[in-house]
Amino acid sequence: MRIRRKLVYLLVILVCFILQTTVFQGLAIGSIVPNLLLIVTISFGFMRGKVAGMWTGFLCGILKDIFYGNLLGFYALIYLCIGYGAGCCMKIFYDEEIRVPMFLVAVGDVLYGLAVYGFQFLLRGRTDMFFYIRRIIIPEAIYTVLITVILYKLLFILNKKLTALEMKERDSFWLRK
Amino acid sequence: MKKKFNWVIKSKHILVIMILICISLMALAATVNLPVGPVKNVIGYAIIPFQNGINSIGKALDGATAGLQSKQQLVEENQQLQEKVNQLTEQNSQLTQDLDELDRLQELYSLDQQYSEYDKVAAQVIAMDDENWFSTFTINRGTDDGVQVDCNVIAGGGLVGIVTEVGNNWATVRSIIDDSSNVSAMTVSTSDRCIVAGDLRLINEGKLQFIHLKDDEDRIQEGEKIVTSDVSEKFLPGILIGYVSEVEEDPNNLTKTGTLTPVVDFEHIREVLVIKELKQQKGDS
Repeated sequence: MRIRRKLVYLLVILVCFILQTTVFQGLAIGSIVPNLLLIVTISFGFMRGKVAGMWTGFLCGILKDIFYGNLLGFYALIYLCIGYGAGCCMKIFYDEEIRVPMFLVAVGDVLYGLAVYGFQFLLRGRTDMFFYIRRIIIPEAIYTVLITVILYKLLFILNKKLTALEMKERDSFWLRK
Repeated sequence: MKKKFNWVIKSKHILVIMILICISLMALAATVNLPVGPVKNVIGYAIIPFQNGINSIGKALDGATAGLQSKQQLVEENQQLQEKVNQLTEQNSQLTQDLDELDRLQELYSLDQQYSEYDKVAAQVIAMDDENWFSTFTINRGTDDGVQVDCNVIAGGGLVGIVTEVGNNWATVRSIIDDSSNVSAMTVSTSDRCIVAGDLRLINEGKLQFIHLKDDEDRIQEGEKIVTSDVSEKFLPGILIGYVSEVEEDPNNLTKTGTLTPVVDFEHIREVLVIKELKQQKGDS
């Protein structure tokens, strides 16, 4: 069932958003919080392809826009592109391989940071780029990559379970016919 | 040979369409006031209870770990606290003296209109911004308790921020240390106006920046009190922001820039007070 998969994805996004705004604020290291929504976007994009990545990214971004964004659609656009980019790498998706998603998350988070800096800070005349890279972008990328190790495993298991369930249902459907 | 047109929608096309949707959303949001309130409220109903719940679990855990502290620690703590009591008693007597002085000064500067007279509602911080770039947070009071957009938020006697969005039982507050925040302020002794601007680079040091301070006679010293100004459009006058810690002359030799230490501890905000009165309302009545 496609609908069940979508509902599960929606639930994962909501849970990650809630965790990120509450629990992870307490786990912040040097007031840096990992970007869970980015991990979810990249993981789903990487495991399920471009379209899934795009939709996940769009939902994550729009959720962020609605609650904390200055401009509706800004984060949606960034996450959308990152999700699509992750989907492009689906060809090298292997079982249990964690290095590729870790690398993707690192690249994605740096790009995300640069995009936020470029549009929300540089355009307001905050030109001290290296400070922001050193203080926010790099620490956030490192912390996010560390969290990826755990979260990607969980999402991977979830994806496997869902796929297995779908296969079973499809088989039984054919048997009934 | 005529090539047959392929009508299969590829992911590329979806990408382009979605990007266009996002850009048009941004353009719309920037120009028109989009009626997103209902949408926010609906999503708020799904998320706020969880944030509330998780927040209270965290508090309960804090309490539990505190109860498990060993006896020895408590004895040590007791000693430390005793010392602190002595210190504080001393400080207190000093402060009472200061209070007399304060009364005098307040009369002098007609700042007697303290914010204690405003109608306030207490709120808890239930979630922080999920971003490292900005400093906004969610509180568990909304329109049901009389909170409106542009309400001032204070804690510990100082200005915390301003309500930017509001739902039935939640509100988003942008703190004054946020990089995009600007507050019109003035010094207490000379009533010179300046702008207090948040700066991400100073958050680590726990400081704020102030700019455009006119002070021809160099009367502003370290420790000068800075409060919200009378001319601010959204902030009620006379709310304490912080104390000047550095002053520097701008290259134009006309204005001064510097940093100030806010009175609020933004790292550990848990409870805040929302002033229900709006500046505009006050002006109208």
